[in-house]
Amino acid sequence: MKYSIGIIFVFFLSHFVFSKTLTVGYGQKIVRIQKGIATCNAGDTLIIKSGVYREGNILVDKPLYILGENYPILDGVFKDEVISVKSAYVTIDGLHIKNSRQKTLDDPAGIKLYESNYVNIINNKFTDNFFAVYLQYSSHCLVKNNTIVAHAIGETSSGNGIHCWYSDSLLIIANTITGHRDGIYLEFVTGSLVWRNISQDNVRYGLHFMFSHSDSYITNVFKNNGAGVAVMFSKNVKMVNNKFEQNWGDASYGLLLKEISDCYLAGNKFFKNTTAVLMDGTNRIEAENNVFQNNGWALRLQSNCTGNVLRYNNFLGNTFDISTSGSLVSNTFDSNYWDKYEGYDLNKDNIGDIPYHPLSMYSIIVQKIPSAMLLFRSFIVSLLDKSEKVMPSLTPDNFVDLNPLMHSLKL
Amino acid sequence: MNRILKYVFLDIFQNKIVILYTLILALFAWSTLSLEDNNSKGLLTLLNIILLAVPLVSILFSTIYVYNSNEFIELLVSHPLKRSKIWISLFLGLSLSLIFAFVIGAGIPILLFSEWDKAYMMILVGMFITVIFVAIAFLSTIITRDKAKGIGISILLWLYFSLLFDGLVLFLLFQFADYPIEKYMVVLTSLNPIDLSRVLILLELDVSAMMGYTGAIFKLYFGSNGGLIVSFLLLFSWIALPFGLSLIKFRKKDL
Amino acid sequence: MIEINTVSKKFGKLQVLNQVNLNLEKGECVALIGPNGCGKTTLIKSILGMVLPDSGTIAIGGKSISNDFLYREKIGYMPQIGKYPVNMTINQIILMIKSIRNTNQPLDEELYVDFEIDKLKNKKMGTLSGGTTQKVSATLAFLFNPDVLILDEPTAGLDPLAAEILKQKILKEKEKGKLIIITSHLLSELDELVDHIVFMQEGKLMFHKSVDDLKNETGTDKTSKAIIHILKN
Repeated sequence: MKYSIGIIFVFFLSHFVFSKTLTVGYGQKIVRIQKGIATCNAGDTLIIKSGVYREGNILVDKPLYILGENYPILDGVFKDEVISVKSAYVTIDGLHIKNSRQKTLDDPAGIKLYESNYVNIINNKFTDNFFAVYLQYSSHCLVKNNTIVAHAIGETSSGNGIHCWYSDSLLIIANTITGHRDGIYLEFVTGSLVWRNISQDNVRYGLHFMFSHSDSYITNVFKNNGAGVAVMFSKNVKMVNNKFEQNWGDASYGLLLKEISDCYLAGNKFFKNTTAVLMDGTNRIEAENNVFQNNGWALRLQSNCTGNVLRYNNFLGNTFDISTSGSLVSNTFDSNYWDKYEGYDLNKDNIGDIPYHPLSMYSIIVQKIPSAMLLFRSFIVSLLDKSEKVMPSLTPDNFVDLNPLMHSLKL
Repeated sequence: MNRILKYVFLDIFQNKIVILYTLILALFAWSTLSLEDNNSKGLLTLLNIILLAVPLVSILFSTIYVYNSNEFIELLVSHPLKRSKIWISLFLGLSLSLIFAFVIGAGIPILLFSEWDKAYMMILVGMFITVIFVAIAFLSTIITRDKAKGIGISILLWLYFSLLFDGLVLFLLFQFADYPIEKYMVVLTSLNPIDLSRVLILLELDVSAMMGYTGAIFKLYFGSNGGLIVSFLLLFSWIALPFGLSLIKFRKKDL
Repeated sequence: MIEINTVSKKFGKLQVLNQVNLNLEKGECVALIGPNGCGKTTLIKSILGMVLPDSGTIAIGGKSISNDFLYREKIGYMPQIGKYPVNMTINQIILMIKSIRNTNQPLDEELYVDFEIDKLKNKKMGTLSGGTTQKVSATLAFLFNPDVLILDEPTAGLDPLAAEILKQKILKEKEKGKLIIITSHLLSELDELVDHIVFMQEGKLMFHKSVDDLKNETGTDKTSKAIIHILKN
């Protein structure tokens, strides 16, 4: 024990004793960044003076702390990948990285990590890169406080804001991402946390999960993205306290859950999405304390969804609360607040005395015949819905909330 | 012509039913628009009321008014006046006063509570619907001399346009669910002035995204400027055709 | 003044006017009589252009009235039952008719004064009694000094005093040389007024005679008695 403390002490001491700080850039002895990196030893700090640097690709091949002074601009002039990291223990802090090479098969990025663990990318600005931050086979990395902007037009003309591939134990915190294809993209990423990011106005998804298990995303804002957030082919994903707003368009939704199981969806707020949540082949999802407000469809369940539980959610001002493509058997609705509920509560226990059938007849018709949307808001439709409420004949019996709440939950 | 129009307009606008109609419209409009925090939703609620009540009141009131004016029309005919002038004045008098009632009752709150680009379509369409159903009322009064029959025809026509027609569309949609008939259905629906008005307003309220492919077709056909012109031409022909027909018949009618 | 030439009219299967020929001259006061449904109202409406005959012609002052409406400037018409828009005031009705006629001739406001309509002029038509409405109708019929006056049951509904005023007015206009056509069921009224009788039955014109001829033929001294004599035979 004493021996090991001694080793640690020596390690720290050696750090103070041997690590140096080198300043490069305009007005310094060394102007070129790449030359500065070559001059540094592992563990050194490299400070870059402000200015515009067009050095082509910069390779970081040793553990370094690279710190920008007043956001020096590293411009790839659309020809090169701006920074390639091929070493562990690199921190890149306070740079402004611009104009990486676009649209080539090798996925050029503003900062790309090649099998590099324990890398921190913090407080940087990214503008008009193909991919902004790209992690492959890189674990235990931190991507924090970055502002990422691009101006993508189509899905093919842009890469993703933060792209993670075959990685583990990542922290993606407090970034702002706009105008990329996907804001944040995770594929084969496990045990990671996506926290307090704002992803908006991206061409496709705000956040995109593929084959990524046991991750969490918490307190993020996803707003006005092309299609919303997609979680696909994943297990054990926790989705807590996020906001899904204004994903409005023909094929748009707040959250798409496709072929996922054992996930937890809680405390999220869905405002004004064409479809708030679309579930396709989902199993054992627990959804509680979510707010669905002013959406076209609050929840669309395909008939291949089983064992999902929805309780203590608020459904407010949605055009359709639920629609389904078949008769659902084993999904549970319990103790939700539905603003369309017209029942009564004689014993004043805040639970409606008659069950609520959240599936309206018109939503079933529209599911079967989409062009029946032509009659949206017509007199005959309201008449049909009212008569169905009085004498249910088409809507499935088992599709019911037995304990509808009388007052909305304070969420 | 405006020699009669002025007095007819004044007479109708002092009518108790028209005043009541204005008040009820105002009551509905103010309450729905001020209670809903989301103004698109308030407008949607109001849309349902407008598409139901405005045609009904317009057609029924006009029918009854024209029948009750029989003797007055006779009196006017005994004076040196062209028959067509009498009929047109009566039509304009009814249309203008009902439009006036609509604008005061529903138009003002709509303008106050919602953005201009949504409000203008709502008001414009409401005005069109009013005149269209006045025109249809004129046609049904000229079809039969019997007041009870005429009112019956008017109610049937209203029922047809606001309910039966949509039922028919729904039936066809079910029958031909497996065929790509969206385009034909869009065209068919645009032949009903109430449906056309409803869709025009829905497009303005940005719920077309919810209407999926059908909404896209509608937006393609009627959302563009050319489409808007076609839509309003269609609405206009719903005024011109019934009224024109009634005018031709009135010129040869034995009073 | 009015020439009616072989006019026929059918309402559905019912022949309401059957080959009617009739000439009426200035200065005549004609009573149009006959049982209910005999076609006298249809005949009047044909003259006024409210009913369009199936065949035959009607000419006023030598000009055919078909496809014309200006000829009605020469006609004053008092309907049997006047119904006006309920929310218009008497004043508005008179103003409206004045603006329709748009004449610069001096107006005959005698009845307006005699019926004391000025006191009522701001009352709405819907609030008036039948008699007062008739007074308004009569005033309007005489207001523009028309050459022809067509009065449909003029005294029905009027109080005796008003009826007397109207009768005196009719006589006065007759003396001015106007053509006056009256339909009435009250035969006793006709005695002092009319000088010609037109009798119709089942759409046909049975006869058109002067009152004097009629009295001579039937050997009676009163018009009403003469008519009853005819009706009985």
